[in-house]
Amino acid sequence: MEDERAHILPEADSGTSENSRRNFLKQSTLLTAIALTPATAVKAAEAHVDEKIAGAFEKMPVKLEVNGINHSLSVEPRATLLDILREQLDLTGTKKGCDHGQCGACTVHVDGRRVNSCLTLGVMVNGKKITTIEGLAKGDELHPMQEAFIKHDGFQCGYCTPGQIMSAVACIREGHANSEMEIREYMSGNICRCGAYPNIVNAIQEVKEGGFKV
Amino acid sequence: MKVKETAIPGNHNLMPDDRTGKSALSRVDGRLKVTGKAKYSAEYNVKDLVYGVMVGSSVTKGTIKSIDTKKAENAPGVLSVLTYLNAPKIPGYQADNPSPKGPLKIFYNNQVYFNGQPIALVVADTFERALFASTLVTATYDTEAHQTNLLTNLDKGVSTRREDKDFVKGQANAWQSAPVKVDAEYIIPTEVHNPMELHAIIARWDAGDKVSVYTKTQGVKSSQRSIAQAFKLPPDNVQVTAPFVGGAFGSALRTWPHEIAAVLASKVVGKPVKLVLSRADMFTSVGYRPFTWQKVSLGAGADGKLTGITHEATGQSSVYEDFTEGVVNISQLMYACPNINTRYRLVSLNVNTPTPMRGPGEATGAFALESAMDELSYALNIDPIELRMRNYAETDPSNNKPYSSKFLAEAYKIGAEKIGWTERSQKPGTILQNGWHIGYGMAAGMFGAHRSSSTVTAKMQADGTLVLQTAVTDIGPGTGTAMASVATGVMDIPADKIKIVLGDSSLPPSPTQGGSQIAATVGSAVHDACTELKEKFKSMAGNTDPADYIKILKQQGLDHLEVTTTSKSGPEQGKYSMYSWSVHFMRVLVHPATGVVKIDKAISVADAGQILSPKTARSQMIGGTIMGIGMALMEEAVIDHRYGRLVNNNFADYHVPVQADIPQVEAYFVNKADNILNPIGAKGMGEIATIGVAAAVANAVYNATGKRVRELPITPDKLL
Ligand code: FES
Ligand code: FES
Repeated sequence: MEDERAHILPEADSGTSENSRRNFLKQSTLLTAIALTPATAVKAAEAHVDEKIAGAFEKMPVKLEVNGINHSLSVEPRATLLDILREQLDLTGTKKGCDHGQCGACTVHVDGRRVNSCLTLGVMVNGKKITTIEGLAKGDELHPMQEAFIKHDGFQCGYCTPGQIMSAVACIREGHANSEMEIREYMSGNICRCGAYPNIVNAIQEVKEGGFKV
Repeated sequence: MKVKETAIPGNHNLMPDDRTGKSALSRVDGRLKVTGKAKYSAEYNVKDLVYGVMVGSSVTKGTIKSIDTKKAENAPGVLSVLTYLNAPKIPGYQADNPSPKGPLKIFYNNQVYFNGQPIALVVADTFERALFASTLVTATYDTEAHQTNLLTNLDKGVSTRREDKDFVKGQANAWQSAPVKVDAEYIIPTEVHNPMELHAIIARWDAGDKVSVYTKTQGVKSSQRSIAQAFKLPPDNVQVTAPFVGGAFGSALRTWPHEIAAVLASKVVGKPVKLVLSRADMFTSVGYRPFTWQKVSLGAGADGKLTGITHEATGQSSVYEDFTEGVVNISQLMYACPNINTRYRLVSLNVNTPTPMRGPGEATGAFALESAMDELSYALNIDPIELRMRNYAETDPSNNKPYSSKFLAEAYKIGAEKIGWTERSQKPGTILQNGWHIGYGMAAGMFGAHRSSSTVTAKMQADGTLVLQTAVTDIGPGTGTAMASVATGVMDIPADKIKIVLGDSSLPPSPTQGGSQIAATVGSAVHDACTELKEKFKSMAGNTDPADYIKILKQQGLDHLEVTTTSKSGPEQGKYSMYSWSVHFMRVLVHPATGVVKIDKAISVADAGQILSPKTARSQMIGGTIMGIGMALMEEAVIDHRYGRLVNNNFADYHVPVQADIPQVEAYFVNKADNILNPIGAKGMGEIATIGVAAAVANAVYNATGKRVRELPITPDKLL
């Protein structure tokens, strides 16, 4: 017989409770914080009944500028930028391939720098400018990198593609696209299981050599 | 979907279309893919959506003693926690076929067959809440001793299917009495498809028992059938939509338990449920290329003519379901040899069921056979290409039938020239440049060229747009682009006047995308439908050239004209043997002090019949070669047999090729039509792109170092 955790995620709290935050709320209200907390919420927390109210306490306001549009959101601190983009803002161009910073499918620009949005909590980018694949083209006019990906067939299924393109643009901006070898090195955080690598390198080289403004 | 050819100046030429001399068609859905507008299964904005997260068993064999779901149920936002204790019975699981073996039945009983087997599904109003609550589910088990190691269980191999019975042509084990012999064992580890898109489903159960799903599948029709069967619904009650699939390579050939669970959950909670597998789930939920042991024995005369081939293989499957594949078939089919015998065995282990992965069976078998052929070439001191030519099969060695087409010799020639084969030294380990050993290797591949039935609707609209509709999916190879390419040829209209509609179970039927049959099958149906449509226009126009479709429609007072045509193979099937062929050439660098292997140059050449869409075909071939390089050098799912649990179920520890691993892979095509197989002359390409690659790499490593690695992947430790 074994008693084992039945999931891959590490245990949040090895103590007796499943939710230390609400326990904290309960204990602190019982001690000194009663004056600061609405009485109904105290009761709710003590009785473990109204989880909705407790849940509301767990949300935080976040302001994001995404592709030039301002959003005022209320998010849980544990929500990743990736999930906020995909699930709350319906910007599904940014892809989830691993959720662990290991594949690059979720690459977006934060204040112009490429980041893995799955490793970035929404609350970490409060007040920042985010650019996703949906914000790269100017209306109907594609970004040169998007044009080059079509021309060189830098994809097959297309799932890694938004991340590749966002990474590729940043790669040139960073000054890391000076040779085929350098591009390969600096694009190695973006996995393409369809194996479009040579075509992707060719697309990036062409945009770089063409002197396009990226 | 309008495709604009870019005006970017540059020196990277497009591959010209050999048939027309014009530059090749770009991917018809390219614009949607580069702008993030292509929607994959988890990306539909469905109202009232709730989220599911799976909980897997933490033990490898036994029974669930208790599951505690209370904490999870009390967590914020949780709507339901399904387990075998409370899940409604799935009608299709109830025994009208009490066969002891079959697909895993989710939430069926307390049995645990493998580590990570789903034991609960948590549904909550947000993904974060479902994920958190899933960590609160605990279970206790009565565990039993498990078996996950194929190599310590080889003696338990059994023959499970009639198709897998021992094969003998001429005399068995004739290699033993040959003057020159090779007799060696080869091992491939478990490899996982790992498409970049996580398997995902959005399922909605509506009033009147109507089910709609967006799911990752290679076949919307087969998903429709499977879901209908599980819930005992008429197939028409089930709508499956999958216009974009983010890669699959075989992993989405069937309907998996998590899909059934999501449909069930949506019925239980009365809301649409989105279930996205985690990357870790991908290692235990959607199949893999099975760990396989092989032994190949070759006998030849001093002239290099094979006198005997013996190929044995033992693969693995789960304890609840048999999965077999054609590992040894390639040895029956590849070379002209009077005496061939093969044997295939299967061992049931406490693992999940494998599923075909790109070049299923054949890629595994080709690693062994083509490595052994290389070993034989050194034993005979005959060039490996020359050895293959001396044993070249002009007719099918298994039944003496003529081939519908075979241009493998041409492919050898093209590949040898492109890689610079004359630079190769027949003596291994002799070329050292800049501190690296250089080696050349080659290996061939083959796969059945199939054509099945497909129905296509071709509809010319008043504005001159041609709409092509069929239920096939496009998981990445460029099916839509190939369809457009065929249609432009027949209808003589530009590709940007063609609209392709795919991946919807309500469309006319087409087969599941798999087994390298779609270009030939659907391409032919597009050809036939367009030809018929054009004839219709022709008769309307009084048998004049029907080029101005808009005008004819106007004259006839029609707002559109359409035909629906079913197209399939005919009597040619019995008369000929039909295969696609490939050869892969590698130049590798091996670092003597560290054992690091770098692919310096990779050339793949295919005889895949007439190439329909040169640009996407080239990408498909390159992609298959890269997957083969992964198989050769890095991919290995490792189980800690003490616990029966995977230790590298993520992209940091399970390595797939990345940019830095891959040079400018080149792909070439013989590009000769197979006019017997189908009206468009196309043969399949998806599998042969990968089949043979791993052996080509291993053979090049041997040529570079004199070290023969017979156990994949070829990691540095094996070369030191
Ligand atoms: S999803 Fe973020 S790196 Fe993979
Ligand atoms: S295009 Fe499919 S993963 Fe890159």
